Amino acid sequence: MSDKSRTVLDLKGLLCPMPVVKLALAMKTIPVGAIIEATASDPGVVADIPAWARSSGNELVTLDKVADKEFRFVVKRLK
Amino acid sequence: MSRSDPTKPKRLAIIASKGSLDWAYPPFILGSTAAAMGWEVGIFFTFFGLSLLKPKLNMSVTPLGNPAMPMKMPFGPKWFQNIVWPIPVFMMSIPGFQWLATTLMKMTFKNSNVATVEELRDICIQFGARLIACQMTMDVFGFKPEEFIPSAEVAGAAAFLEYAGDADVTLYV
Repeated sequence: MSDKSRTVLDLKGLLCPMPVVKLALAMKTIPVGAIIEATASDPGVVADIPAWARSSGNELVTLDKVADKEFRFVVKRLK
Repeated sequence: MSRSDPTKPKRLAIIASKGSLDWAYPPFILGSTAAAMGWEVGIFFTFFGLSLLKPKLNMSVTPLGNPAMPMKMPFGPKWFQNIVWPIPVFMMSIPGFQWLATTLMKMTFKNSNVATVEELRDICIQFGARLIACQMTMDVFGFKPEEFIPSAEVAGAAAFLEYAGDADVTLYV
């Protein structure tokens, strides 16, 4: 169950606006309630992913800086 | 249908009036991002912006029109790349300088892995953004609808204003 509802997305190397765009495209492919775990290198995601989640009506579960240019976040599709 | 309806998605309306490489990015970056956020997006292409609806894009940067544009080299060691070359404005009018500036900027974008304008335009289309060509300037500059990408629609100022009148964000680029 947990494997099926979790999608891993690699956004490393992408610059604005592509992390948000690729996340939104991936979101369309998963069912409501499912989760995406993404990794990105663009520091812009710290501001942009929460803004995207608020505007698109989805849930940002976590967002962490794990290394100098490595960010991990988890989002849940709500609608 | 009221825009005060909170369940209604937000709307972004952009006028894209420039056809150079540096001006081509903002409408497509903002359009694709807004569409990714679930907004309705309409971009109205007028004057030199019309060429952004051609299937194959071939844009230039015009340093002459941007006299304070910093010139940096997208190759070589880091210290070399960090140099801002003080180019006198008159040199920007020398034949070949625009080609050089365009080549360097394309190289800079490519090295940084910035998405191309075509990619961003495709994403706008994929998300259902409306790309509207201005009827009047098409007629003036001699563009035919069949010269544009198939998803482009043609409309006039009143049609765009009706759309933009219900927009939450309106930008002129």
